[in-house]
Amino acid sequence: MKEIVNLPVSKPEEEEYHINMGPQHPSTHGVLRLLVSLQGEIVKNLKPHCGYIHRGIEKMCEKDTYPQIIHLTDRMDYLSSHINNHAVCLLVEKALEIEVPERVQYIRTIMDELTRIQSHQLWWASFGMDLGGLTCFFYGLRDREMILDIWEETTGSRFLQSYNCPGGVMQDIHPNFQKKVHVFLKTFKKKIKDYEKILSGNVIFEQRSKGVGMLTKEDAISYGITGPSGRGSAWSCDIRKTEPYSMYSKVHFNEVLRYECDSYSRYMVRMQEMYESMNIIEQLIDNIPAGDYAARMKAVIKLPAGEYYQRVESARGELGVYVVSDGNKTPYRMKFRTPSFTNLSVLDHLSRDMKIADLVAIGGSLDLVIPDIDR
Amino acid sequence: MDNTNLKARILEIVPDAQQEENKQYLTLLVPAAKLHELAVKLKTTADLSFDFLFCLSGVDYGKQLAVIYHLNSTRHKHYIVLKVKTDDRVNPNFDTVCDIWRTAEFHERETYDMFGIRFNNHPDLRRIFLDEDWKGYPLRKDYVDEVNIVEF
Amino acid sequence: MTFNIYDFTSFTTWIDQSLNSLMSPTLALITEMVIIGVVFLLFYAVVGLFLVYAERKVCAFMQNRVGPNRVGPYGIFQTIADFIKLLMKELVYIKDSDKLLFNIAPFIVIIASFMALSAIPFAKGLHAIDFDIGILYVIAVSSLGVVGILLAGWSSNNKYSLIGAMRSGAQIVSYELSVGLSLLTIIVLAGTMQFSEIVEMQSDGWFLFKGHIPAFIAFVVFLISSTAETNRGPFDLAEAESELTAGFHTEYSGIKFAFFFLAEYMNMFLVASIAATVFLGGWMPFHISGWAGFNTIMDYIPPFVWYIGKTAFVIWLMMWFKWTFPRLRIDQLLTLEWKYLLPINLVNILLMAFLVLMHWHF
Repeated sequence: MKEIVNLPVSKPEEEEYHINMGPQHPSTHGVLRLLVSLQGEIVKNLKPHCGYIHRGIEKMCEKDTYPQIIHLTDRMDYLSSHINNHAVCLLVEKALEIEVPERVQYIRTIMDELTRIQSHQLWWASFGMDLGGLTCFFYGLRDREMILDIWEETTGSRFLQSYNCPGGVMQDIHPNFQKKVHVFLKTFKKKIKDYEKILSGNVIFEQRSKGVGMLTKEDAISYGITGPSGRGSAWSCDIRKTEPYSMYSKVHFNEVLRYECDSYSRYMVRMQEMYESMNIIEQLIDNIPAGDYAARMKAVIKLPAGEYYQRVESARGELGVYVVSDGNKTPYRMKFRTPSFTNLSVLDHLSRDMKIADLVAIGGSLDLVIPDIDR
Repeated sequence: MDNTNLKARILEIVPDAQQEENKQYLTLLVPAAKLHELAVKLKTTADLSFDFLFCLSGVDYGKQLAVIYHLNSTRHKHYIVLKVKTDDRVNPNFDTVCDIWRTAEFHERETYDMFGIRFNNHPDLRRIFLDEDWKGYPLRKDYVDEVNIVEF
Repeated sequence: MTFNIYDFTSFTTWIDQSLNSLMSPTLALITEMVIIGVVFLLFYAVVGLFLVYAERKVCAFMQNRVGPNRVGPYGIFQTIADFIKLLMKELVYIKDSDKLLFNIAPFIVIIASFMALSAIPFAKGLHAIDFDIGILYVIAVSSLGVVGILLAGWSSNNKYSLIGAMRSGAQIVSYELSVGLSLLTIIVLAGTMQFSEIVEMQSDGWFLFKGHIPAFIAFVVFLISSTAETNRGPFDLAEAESELTAGFHTEYSGIKFAFFFLAEYMNMFLVASIAATVFLGGWMPFHISGWAGFNTIMDYIPPFVWYIGKTAFVIWLMMWFKWTFPRLRIDQLLTLEWKYLLPINLVNILLMAFLVLMHWHF
């Protein structure tokens, strides 16, 4: 805490001064602290200080069994909790060479895409709010409720579901599931038009986001900016296409790429991805095959000694799970390569010589989730 | 390029690299002194062009400390895993690769924070999550913290 | 004229005469000032509280919410409850802040808006002072508020406040020009700066319609620049809660914060009533020349209702802006003023002068 009080003392001749954005600040969306050096309104230098909610998930994992670890992964990127669970399950299943029933793959894919939609809805809401359009926040949250209701029925929880388990899912989908998803798709297809009207076509919004935070493809690859932010820089980095898992090799969808490389293109990628996600769900929702909702697993899951890596496409980018196993029921070392952590590293590069308002816009367009950074 | 060719190419650059068993990716144990040289060549050689470092993790193998680099080529779609190890637990250090892949800057800071592995020539090697005055490196296997870690 | 059935002149004259007959002229003057002061304070408080409530309801409407609905029927007492809460809150004093300036800043802001209110005609004969340079007075006095904002930002010993204050300074000084010039366009048409005369001249049609295109352009420019001058969204850079947490009033608490809050709404009320008076005929009912029967019916609606209705319409427009648009950036804000609004305004004045010289207006 001592650190917070003692900001670097600026010398008058430097004409630079320093402010703390965060740990409590509306536009950092959590407890992230950015130490910003400013010259007037212009950002000269930016140092992120993380760790305010570091919970040591990687250390905790070394003491927990694999089914227990799944509950921890929910807490990393809480907006794509299904996808985080999915990553660990896929890794365990790959290591044990277990074939999961097709029904499970359908359910998991639909859940992942619902997760992606609700995450992008919340991102849209908060991005609008970052740019000063407060109404967006309520629109986004209103529509997100429908997905949370669907989840609540099936998984029993609205936010941190822990629905996946090694070999399948915790319980079968609710009888209303398919009906409610259909209702949601129908409603949201109308509502997303409102999204486009209120932000996408707005002159002020375009001025605020076009040409702001230019990230070239080379830089995106070098900084490891994956997910919608990377695809906004024309980098085709969708794990669902490059290393398909679950049903992604069997459904038809487009990888959304934009070539403007600015905040606006990152925005447009996410908007388009919501359409693509709905497209994927539509292909799957009526064809969920009958069968078991989980494969039979041993009571104690032990991974054979070795090293395993699993990549999945979370709502924010590439989520990697790296496990070193020594054959015990707990991993020897578990590492999560989280998308927000790597995406944060580019914030300094993007916001140099931009204004404070641009910094907020860039931070919003990267869609950072702080627990995902701090783990 | 498939794994056999890839291995042959890398053995040309670093003859004393050893392959480790891994079903998924080609994994090579590289001597720490050669790491930076190899990394530059992996990035710049046209038919290798490993431009995406998608994961950098530290591992404590008990006696040894290791850093593992997961690399991917966005052009050729091939993968490689590099591993460097050191026996020095008091002052472990490797060369940084963040001049080659910018994403390594944060990952190396995290590895330093959790394992105490120093990266030479890193521009800003500070603790990233923990306080500057934190004692010890939590993800090491010999880390003891009676206050915060409850043993079951 | 028939619309004088609601003339307040005789009422105010009667008060003046009866006071003068009771006491010496000096004492009568002082008593009148006190009465007007009390009435205005009450009016100020009521309008302020109502506007806060209205904003919350309008905002809720825009955002598919219900808005305040717990305190009283439809939540109408919500703002009163909030006000009591703000009164009882602790006043936080900031270490190393400039105590004197920190304390007087909210008063400067609120006094500026209070003074400007005195020139507004609410109905025929119902205004505190009928200046012959009414518009000039309002422009001059309302721009004093920026001093308070700058002082608040400077004295808070907070960098966020300072950035907010500096933004606000740049913004208000720039947009003052557009406000002045767009009003000047109408002054060219009206030939007077006196509010009462401006209203009287609109008895056969509002200036918005009388002045053709130039008046309409002036109205749009006035709406934009007055929204900017009151620091409201999409021009709320001085507060910009997602960038500067709360801008210039970050460090204020309790009743001092309430002063800033109230002043913001009163400024909105002020610019809305100026817009209503200058462009939409103030308290003057809606008349169409030649339609005598229609005009008589319109005259039966009291002028105060006309005035409030028009003001409310403009206020509603400004709320609509705020809850729809994202915020501008500081350079875009200044570009809009200096590269677009100002040249448009200057050309517009020429156009209006030409129109008046050629007698092409109605």
